[in-house]
Amino acid sequence: MTKRWLLGATIVALVLSACTSPSGSGSGQASGSAGEPVEVFSWWTAGGEADGLAAMLEVFEAEYPGYTFENAAVAGGAGTNARAVLATRLSQSDPPSSWQGHAGQELIGTYVAAGQIQPLNDLYEEEGWLDVMPAGLIDLISQDGNIYSVPVNIHRANVLWYSPSALEAWGVEPPTTWDEFVDAAATIEAAGATPLAMGEQWTSMHLLETVLIGSLGADGWQALWDGSGDWASGDLTAALETFASVLDYTNEDASTLTWDQAAQLVIDGDAAFTIMGDWAEGYFKSKDLAPNDGFGWAPSPGTDGIFDFLSDSFVLPVNAKNEEGAIAWLKVAGSRAGQDAFNPIKGSIPARSDGDRALYDEYLTSAMDDWAADEVVGSLAHGVVANDAWKAKIDTAIGLFLGDHDVAAFQQALVDACASDGACS
Amino acid sequence: MRSIRQHWVAVAMLSPSILAIAIFVYGFIGWSLRVSLSEWQGLTPNYDWAGLANFADLFGDRRFLIDMRNTAVFTTFFVVGAVALGLLLAILLDRHVPGEGIFRSIYLFPLAISLIVTGVAWRWLMNPAQGDRVSGFNLLLGGIGVDPLAWHTTDPPWGMAFVALPAVWQMSGFTMALFLGGLRAIPEELKEAARVDGATELQLYRRVIIPLLRPALLSALIILGHLSLKVFDLIVALSGKDIRLDVPAIYMWTTTFDANDFAHGAAIGIVLLVSVAVLVVPYLVWSLRRETEL
Repeated sequence: MTKRWLLGATIVALVLSACTSPSGSGSGQASGSAGEPVEVFSWWTAGGEADGLAAMLEVFEAEYPGYTFENAAVAGGAGTNARAVLATRLSQSDPPSSWQGHAGQELIGTYVAAGQIQPLNDLYEEEGWLDVMPAGLIDLISQDGNIYSVPVNIHRANVLWYSPSALEAWGVEPPTTWDEFVDAAATIEAAGATPLAMGEQWTSMHLLETVLIGSLGADGWQALWDGSGDWASGDLTAALETFASVLDYTNEDASTLTWDQAAQLVIDGDAAFTIMGDWAEGYFKSKDLAPNDGFGWAPSPGTDGIFDFLSDSFVLPVNAKNEEGAIAWLKVAGSRAGQDAFNPIKGSIPARSDGDRALYDEYLTSAMDDWAADEVVGSLAHGVVANDAWKAKIDTAIGLFLGDHDVAAFQQALVDACASDGACS
Repeated sequence: MRSIRQHWVAVAMLSPSILAIAIFVYGFIGWSLRVSLSEWQGLTPNYDWAGLANFADLFGDRRFLIDMRNTAVFTTFFVVGAVALGLLLAILLDRHVPGEGIFRSIYLFPLAISLIVTGVAWRWLMNPAQGDRVSGFNLLLGGIGVDPLAWHTTDPPWGMAFVALPAVWQMSGFTMALFLGGLRAIPEELKEAARVDGATELQLYRRVIIPLLRPALLSALIILGHLSLKVFDLIVALSGKDIRLDVPAIYMWTTTFDANDFAHGAAIGIVLLVSVAVLVVPYLVWSLRRETEL
């Protein structure tokens, strides 16, 4: 009998100790120490992103050998899972040293509003970054004159990809306007191919964004996001109608494909074009295709001279774990050496205008030229121009529109979204 | 003396799990309820009282109403399909076919697969691509001269009915097992008596056997019903976050974690909880009462 008692008591003790130990070690961590690791949180767990992070880490370790680095990457496309984990940690006041996020309102609307990240203006001045990063970029990653993140790389969203040999066979030129696209689409459909390859729902937001920029122009697009534009305007109605007609030229299985499977349709000659950010270049190269030979590119219709950007950037949290180390990490992330280590591997261009061109391939150098010369606007689908709540409402509106094709209801939903969560409120 | 001691041992053994359930199930239900009545938007908790405003918003929200409709369509096709197919398989197996054990295992196997895997596999099978890229079921249909189907990309709300197909495939083995257990529990004498009275096989099933399966049917309805109300993984694997196939559980996820709107996310969670409870609680009460009667 006593044996059984002992067993019961042991189990209870074990369970209780298992329940209490995590909080015990947690309070130990919070007290902090000089040797605390620099914990950098990201969703870079695979492919060029993870390799690029490793390359930038080498630069960090060479320049700041005193710190230990802890890679806190959480897997999951575009960071959906990582952001949920981060939200949990922040709610427990356990921020990492720095985390990666899409530069712009995705960071500002969520974390600045919650008082979770610090402005970095002093660091920008100290490091001279204001002279080497375009003013248009600085505007889009600031709020009320405060700069909140250090952009490591720049991707371009408004790129039309195609296969040069297939276009030649069809006798089609890359369209520079959506009217030209519709003309070309007739030829392509007659040849039995899909004019425009599209993937799952977020890629339709990506497409909407490029259609709106192409129809409204850079200023008209920017005005929608800073509160000066009119979401109920006739111009926007016309642009949404263009979007609706473009959707008619997409593949019927769009909702079942990922963006890279949609790009594969272009490689296989099943589709003529796809509109995707320039991470698609990395996919084409992974299929042993050469720039301007196996694949070609052009600005999406109507966006010549406009650079629709998105950027991964790092922030300095309030109460950052090992703040000194976090600032060292940010200095590397914003440095020429750091950016030139990360970007050629990730397949993106540096946010700085002084990158070493010899390190970048044919597509990327052309993008570097455009980045320096074009008008810079921010991406919706990738978090630059709208905060999360606003973007989620727009995403819902797009999803409903894909179901019912009702342009008037779509525009009304966009007007409502701007009023409830956006710049019109 | 001995029994009192045993009683305390039992309490000591049970208390950790009772405590854990009290905190992690009921405590968190209470917390979700509180959040659903708050104005918490963004990362900073905000417990300002909002009353039922979040729920009012939901029932005026086009997307949420579509979610409810989608759930209704999915539940109908899934429950009816899985019960009908499971019953049919159970009756066939009950005829003492040779190799019954093998068939039983085959029908039960899909149950061992994660719904994510099912979703990915059926995403390929139900591929709606046409022309040269036709594949999956549409390739088979083409072979017998039938036009390709759009499957789950059919215009709403019927696309949702096709989403029920993989769920039926996965769960009908389970309902088969339930019904087979029920069938085996029916005394042979009852069937004999019916046959002696001149009942045909069809009448035997309609009038005697299927009515006797009512407890198994009720269990099946409750289990399938609550599964279908909270379906999430299958649809995410099958179609990502396509709003045409949206359900409340997916909307709860995107509201909470993509839009950081914790108040509305919690409200959706509470609506889900209540709808499952409406289904499950009367069943639990009924089965508990029956146990005490026995």
